This record gives sequence, structure tokens and C-alpha cells, in this order.
Amino acid sequence: MTVKVLIPTPLQKFTNNQATIECNGSNIDELIDSLDVNCPGIKARICDETGKPRRFLNLYVNSEDIRFLDNTDTSLKDGDEVSIVPAVAGG
Amino acid sequence: MTQATITKARTFTHLVSKEGGVKYPLKALNVCEETFSPLEVAYDYDVIRSLVSRESIAAGPHSIWRYKEFLPVESENPIDVGTGMTPLVKSTRLARRLGLKNLYIKNDAVNMPTLSFKDRVVSVALTRARELGFSTVSCASTGNLANSTAAIAAHAGLDCCVFIPSDLEAGKILGTLIYNPTLMAVKGNYDQVNRLCSEVGNTYGWGFVNINLRPYYSEGSKTLGFEVAEQLGWKLPDHVVAPLASGSLFTKIYKGFQEFIKVGLIDDKQVRFSGAQAEGCSPIAQAFKEGRDFIAPVKPNTVAKSIAIGNPADGVYALEVARKTNGNIESVTDAEIIEGMKLLAETEGIFTETAGGTTIAVLKKLVEAGKIDPEETTVAYITGNGLKTQEAVQGYIGEPLIIEPKLDSFERALERSRTLERLEWQQTIV
Repeated sequence: MTVKVLIPTPLQKFTNNQATIECNGSNIDELIDSLDVNCPGIKARICDETGKPRRFLNLYVNSEDIRFLDNTDTSLKDGDEVSIVPAVAGG
Repeated sequence: MTQATITKARTFTHLVSKEGGVKYPLKALNVCEETFSPLEVAYDYDVIRSLVSRESIAAGPHSIWRYKEFLPVESENPIDVGTGMTPLVKSTRLARRLGLKNLYIKNDAVNMPTLSFKDRVVSVALTRARELGFSTVSCASTGNLANSTAAIAAHAGLDCCVFIPSDLEAGKILGTLIYNPTLMAVKGNYDQVNRLCSEVGNTYGWGFVNINLRPYYSEGSKTLGFEVAEQLGWKLPDHVVAPLASGSLFTKIYKGFQEFIKVGLIDDKQVRFSGAQAEGCSPIAQAFKEGRDFIAPVKPNTVAKSIAIGNPADGVYALEVARKTNGNIESVTDAEIIEGMKLLAETEGIFTETAGGTTIAVLKKLVEAGKIDPEETTVAYITGNGLKTQEAVQGYIGEPLIIEPKLDSFERALERSRTLERLEWQQTIV
């Protein structure tokens, strides 16, 4: 499954300043692991010590918050777009 | 040190992560790179204490800039369009109706220039945006912020591009377009608008008031705390009731009170903080009721569009404030919100928008549940103007009596209306 991942500015130091990268994974957990292979260290930033995304980080699959889907079990298919967005915005 | 150098001292020193305490420079940054938690502006309170007194504040401008030392700007001439110092109205009729003895209404429905509390945060954010060299400013808005950003950007001569959900009330759209910004009406709810703006903010070098400028922007809400303390005669109230959207306003009123205590302007006192949400978008109220310390996002469905944020950035901090101050967070239905708008208008002559209706309805609910003591000095924060959300009350208020320009036509109509009033009164008693 090749998906496009949108990387927020604070994480772009792990992606050679790329705002989007292509990655593989059949669900969000796998995607994060595979991101970490391509961009070592990025998982430790995205996830807390329990291995789940930090509470101030929101993940979206094709614009839908994964908390409305199956969280990190949300399955991915070719061409999906995953967006990683810091939650602290708005209001 | 001479007086001249003292008055030019910068009172804010750096940005600091709310979780972990990592320090950052005073740039356009809103999240901690380590934890992604919000960044806050840090101040040197010893410097502030040396600069301010009740007298110096009272002698300052009749606007939020009388509290300039507590705000994160360094300009000698901040953007001052008369924002702030809105009336704190001592309520008699609403108070009597609810059974409260010391109720005040902080009326930001008449804030300048765009009739909501957002003018406070935007005045600060755009002053800071100018200092940081931005020529284009932007925001993700539920309406009031769009009005304010477009208006104050026009005043300051900044380019402006604002984003709103496409289903907003007509008054909020027109009240933005008149200032001629670029207006993006996004087919989606506010949370989707917000996410899009975070993505746009990654790649365009714009100053988003509530994204990359958010640490500065949000500090503007502290002035709602400062003003109430000053207007109560340099005293804190016992209880405040305020609407919750992102949760930022609520936490900043709290911070404002704490800062006034810290620099010795007022005596310390426990103030209870209670928050108001619409049932159709109540993620913070739900977490409060269920005793959770995390927010489960919701998809908003309420008439109170200005506070319809399903994924509130400061929700956890608002929860903390309500819990540690022994306050409450309550939600009300759309019908109760409309009744709240009517109640405030009929008893105090203040026409607020749906967010204010939510606050009044929650105030009433808390009083009825015995969660506000009648003796407590209570301040209800009214944050926006009803003329902007006319659709909400359409069909729920009276109609004009159409008459001929003749005395008998007037008298017949008057008699008819009095009969109707009597009938309504009798029905109420029954």
C-alpha cells in the first residue's frame, strides 16, 4: 500500500525538509513503523512511550480523524492520504 | 536605570512548552517540537511588577492596551481600534429572575470594532504579526474571528485571507466580506477548516492568528479577566461562567486573574470557573461529566456555530481549570440556547448571539441545580452580538403589528396585543 503522508513543519527535520513523503503500510501502526525506517527517529516523536500517537497530534486518513475510524488500526489502501497535524490550533 | 529605559523594557521573554518546559524563541511558533503541546508566552513578572500599578493602568488608554505590560507585543504603537473596556453590567432583572444577588454581565457583544471578544485576540495577534514581519494574515474561523481579522487587517493595511466553514450565518459572511479580504468558504465543519489551515500554514509564509501566532493571539483573552477585576474595584468575583469552544478563552481568563494576583494588583481569592457548551457540540462537557482527562472529538451539530469546535485544542486545560477551581462544565440544548438569548434580551436589553445564549442557559441550569450560590459574585461572559446570528431566533420571537396610519387602527392593534399578552400570562400561570 503506497500512501502519501503530509508531514508538519516540526517533523520535517526527519524528512529532509520534505512536506510530503510516500510510504507503505496496511494500517496506521504499520505506516508509522515504516516511516521510522525511512526517517529514523520520527516514531519517537509521533508516539508517546506507549507507542500510540501523542495526545497533541491528530492523524487523518483522507481528511477523516482516525478517532472517528479505527484509530491506529485504521486500514490503508493505495492512494490514501494520511495527514499528521499538530492539534494545537484554532479557537 | 532611567525612566525612559524602564518604560521600554520588554516584559515577555520567551515561549515555553506547556508540557516539559522546553524554551523557544519569540517567533511564530505554536507547538513544542518534542511533545507537540502548546507553547505559552513567558513573562518576567518582576519587571511587570516594577512597571504597573492600579494608578498607571487606570491612567492608560481606554482599551486593552492599558494592560500592555501583560501582553506579548513590543511596539510603542500597538494596533488600537478601541478594543476592550466593554461594560460590566450589574444585573438586576436577570439576577432577580434567576434568584441571584450579585450577578454581572461582561458585555463583549459591544466590543470594538466587530462586536465580539475576538477583537481582543486579533488586536494582539496582528500587532505581533507586524512585529514579526508578516504582510499577509490569516485564520481558521467560526465567524467572529473572520470578522475581526478582516477588519483589523484592513485597518492595519495587512493582506488578509480567512477560512470559514461554508454554512455560516449570513451576517458573519457579510460582516467579513465588507472588509474585502480573500474569503475561503470551506465545504466542511470548523475542525476540517482548522486542519486545512494547519496544512496551509506549513507551506505558505502567512501569519495565521490562531495557528502559528496562537501563543500571542490567545494572550489577548486575558484582558477579559483584567477588565472584570478592575471594573469590580480591583477585586475578583467568586464565580465566572464563560462559553467553551477551543477552551482557550476560559483558561486565559483564569491566567489573567492569576497574573494580577502575582504582581500584587489584587488580593488572592478562589474563583470558581464554570464552562458552557451546546449539547450538539459538547466534547469538553462530556469529558467533565465522565471524569475523563482526555477529550473525545465529536462532529458538531448545533445552532451555536461560533462555539462548534468538535476537537478543541485547549479542551484538556479547560477541564483542569474547571476541576481545580471547583467549577462545572454543563451543556444545553439548542432550544435552551434560544431561550437564553431571549431571556438576556428581555431582562437586560442585551442582544447576544448563540454563544451568549449558551452561557445564559448554562448559568440558569447551574443556578437551578444549586451549583451557583445566590450570594456569590458571579460574572457571565457574553462574547458576541446577536445581530450576527439572526437566523437562530427567526420564528421564535414576536412579529411587528402592521397598522394603517390611523388612530383607530393603532388602538385596535394595541387592544389585540394586550389581549394576547393577557392570554399568554394566564397560560403561564396555569
